[in-house]
Formats: sequence, C-alpha cells, structure tokens
Amino acid sequence: MKKRLILNFTEGNVEEPITYFLIKNYDLLVNILKAEIYPEEGGNLLMEMEGDEKTIKKSINYLKSRNVEVVNVDRKIHFREEDCIYCGSCTAVCCTGSLSIDKKTWKIVFNKEKCLVCGLCAEACPLSLFEVSFGN
Amino acid sequence: MSTAKSFDEINEKIRNGKAVVLTAEEVSRMSLELKPSEIAKKVDVVTTGTFAPMCSSGVFINFGHSDPPIRMQNVLLNNVPAYGGIAAVDAYLGATQTAMDRTDYGGAHVIEELLSGKDIKLKATSCGTDCYPRKEIETIINKETVNEIILFNPRNAYQNYPVAVNSSKKTLYTYMGMLFPNYRNATYSTSGELSPLLNDPELRTIGIGTAIFLSGAKGFVAWNGTQFNTKKPRNSLGIPVSNAATLSVIGNLKEMSPDFLKAAYYRKYGVSIFIGIGIPIPVIDEDIAKSVSVRNEQIETIICDYGTSGHPEIGRTNYKALQDGFIELNGKRIRTASMSSMFKARQIAETLKNWIKKDKFQINEPVQQLPFNTSLNSLKIRSE
Repeated sequence: MKKRLILNFTEGNVEEPITYFLIKNYDLLVNILKAEIYPEEGGNLLMEMEGDEKTIKKSINYLKSRNVEVVNVDRKIHFREEDCIYCGSCTAVCCTGSLSIDKKTWKIVFNKEKCLVCGLCAEACPLSLFEVSFGN
Repeated sequence: MSTAKSFDEINEKIRNGKAVVLTAEEVSRMSLELKPSEIAKKVDVVTTGTFAPMCSSGVFINFGHSDPPIRMQNVLLNNVPAYGGIAAVDAYLGATQTAMDRTDYGGAHVIEELLSGKDIKLKATSCGTDCYPRKEIETIINKETVNEIILFNPRNAYQNYPVAVNSSKKTLYTYMGMLFPNYRNATYSTSGELSPLLNDPELRTIGIGTAIFLSGAKGFVAWNGTQFNTKKPRNSLGIPVSNAATLSVIGNLKEMSPDFLKAAYYRKYGVSIFIGIGIPIPVIDEDIAKSVSVRNEQIETIICDYGTSGHPEIGRTNYKALQDGFIELNGKRIRTASMSSMFKARQIAETLKNWIKKDKFQINEPVQQLPFNTSLNSLKIRSE
C-alpha cells in the first residue's frame, strides 16, 4: 500500500537521519514530495511511503517514538464540497491531477491521494472553499 | 410542407402540456440521427444554460423612507459603496465594487447575502435639504425590509468568449483564473453547445422583452448588452468565433435563488459574480432547428495570449477539445479548465425545460430585435 504523510519535525529531532532509518530498518519505498525543513528549527516533510500495511504501521510507531508528529495528508486539506458550484477554477492550477472534473457529471473529483499540498487550489477557488496547510 | 411554427402555436402546445421541450445538449445528440427538417417538426422548444462569472452585474435597491427622510448621497452596504446619485433612497450596487477596508469582499457578496435573506448594514450620509433634512442614517436592512431589489446587469451572457493562455514567464492572476507561464494551462468560460446565444447565432428569436431564466427566477432581456458587436468573424456555420453579442438582463432579485447566484473573488483580480442564465429557443423553423442542433466540435473560439499586451489572438480551437481537456497550440498540448460551471449550466437548462413542460413559463416574441450592425469604439486618449 501507499500512504502520503506529513512529518512534522521539531528543533529536537530535525538533525536525526530519520528517512535513512525508515528505508534501512523498514524496507520502505520512500518518496519525498515536498520539504520545508530548517536546521535548529524543525519543519515539515511530505512523504509517500510504499510497503505492506504492517510495516507502515511499525514505521509510524518508530516516527512517533522519535517525537515526529505524523499526519495523514488528507487531514491537512479541507474542501467544502457542499458549497461548490463546480466551475473548474481549481482544476486549472492542480498540476498533479488530484482535482479534476468528471466529464459525465461535471462535478469536481478530489483524489487526495495525488495531492501535493501545494495550496494553489486555495488561491484559485473563487468561493474560497479550500483550506490547505502544509505546516501547523 | 412547411415546418414553420409561430410563437403562439408553440405556446398553445405548452398550455396543453403537449410541447416537446429538449435541452440544447439533448437536441445536439438528436441531430446525429435526425435532419433539421425532422427536428423542426418534432421539437418545439430548446432550453439553454450558462453559469459563469459576469462582472457587469448589479442591483437597484429602494430602501424606503425614514422619518425624517434623507436623500442618500454616500451609501455603504456592509461597508461596500453603492451609487446614490439617483433619487433619494434608490441606489445601485455593482457586483465588482470592493469594500472600503478589504479587497476580497464586495458588491457581489452583499447581493448574495441579500438574496439569502441575511441582514446588511446600511450607512448613508447627505448634506441635508428642506425636503430631506436628515444628514446621516445607520440601520439594518434585508430583502424583506426594502421595497425593490432589481437585478439589472448591463452585460451578461457573452456569445462565445476567447480561451485564455499565458506566454509570459510569470503566473498571471486574471478574471480567467490563474494562468501559468509558458502556456502551461488554458482556461475558457462558455458552456459550448448549451450556451444561450450560440444556439441562435443570428438572434432571430432572442430580443428585447424575451423571457429568460435569470438566477432561478423569470427575468427578461432588457436591451442589447454593452460591447454588443455584430462584426466579429463567424465560422462556416455562421457562429461567431469570439466574444460577439451580449445581453442586458433584468429581474426581481427577491424571487431568485442563491443556488444560481454566487459571489466570487479572484485573487489579485477582484470580486465578480456568477449569474445563471437560461434562454428558451422556440424551434420556429428549419433554420432554427439547424442552429440549436450545433455540437461542441462545430463551435469554435479563438485563443488569446494574456501574456502579451492587448491579448492578441494566437490560435483557434473548439469546445469539444476544450471540454475533453486538452487543446493543441503550435504543436504543444495544453491542459484546459473551465471557469464557468457546466454542472450548473445543465441544471439551468433542465430547470427551464421543466418550467416550460409544466406550463410555468411561456415563450414570447421579442418586442424588438437586437441591433444587426454594431461594432466597438476604443477609447482614444486626447486633451481636446
């Protein structure tokens, strides 16, 4: 399975080579999609992990033991679909194809698995229906 | 045998519940199998729809008189200025007018909130006169407390609109959405084969006084819209390939629905408003049958470069490609996105169809045709 997670590092654990241990000790396929990390300050990292469910669970426990906060990417994106008029403005700026229009129903389809948390949809939506935060 | 029908004959059928009403999408599909003469015989009315940002919109409000009365000169509604240079308690609130203290809230939001029944803060000042001694007023209004709220939009329902791309090196924030540099996306804002004025390109059945669906209520075509231009180039089917005709429309905001009127804010551009318009096209003869049958692949539009001053035309495409998601420009495949809602456009055409089928809405002949021969002046800068 694949999982997209946002890892939040603090001043205390930002210097640890945590990605290395994820790969070496848990044999995960790790893809870093976005990172905003500052030495001595901490920051956030968007990571896609691929592996079996059990191993991913174990690796998340490892991250937590190192005081790395782990958040599922979809908890960082809020889309008030009930107010959406399905204009398509967000699809104009979504480069990953996470937001698209279904050509049969003409409704927006939001595939959060593809989202890179870039936040452009929040800028483009004329009704301000998106709230996206990469950091805290 | 002539297939011509009069407006009266069609209305008679509507009254008897016998009218055949289809949406423009349905009749376009039908045209793959039937000839225009057959469609003219079979179909009585075709309904169209569009739900798009239409900046040139606004409302006339009459607030009612206070005691003692005031001639409102400077009017603020939720801190958004409205034009008070008309009679004492009349004002015009334009959709794109922004609030005094913020840029992401404006006339469109006040109009939507009024329609939704919300309270709005009214502040007005005046110099005070013998007839109108009061110099200031501060109160709360809503759609029940005011007399009229007349939606009167000087330019809506553009007959076609160019596709926007950006050749420059930086992202542009436009009324056509965010345009990425180096032609990385393309945006369009017309509902293609569902679009009202593309289904009657010569405007034979649409004119002054035509009853229409306007944001959920019955409204009317008041006049030609501003920037009405009959000189724009047309394709082989007689359909304009860029922004040609426009409509000025009018209706009672109090009867409308917030489902079909939405305030919009485009970052670094400003406030606009989504207006829903649906126009019934009576199939009075074979020529109209032909024009309502038009399909997305037959409706072309030009591509304009917003990255170059004057937005020059740099290509041409059609609505099938646009709706399929990609257009070709100089050998490059560009991803497309709509700025207007096809979902709502369909809902509007369906709603209007049901109104007509249930005899809640009759068609009518224009009181006067729209102009046949107009072109645009540009604004020259001069000192005398």
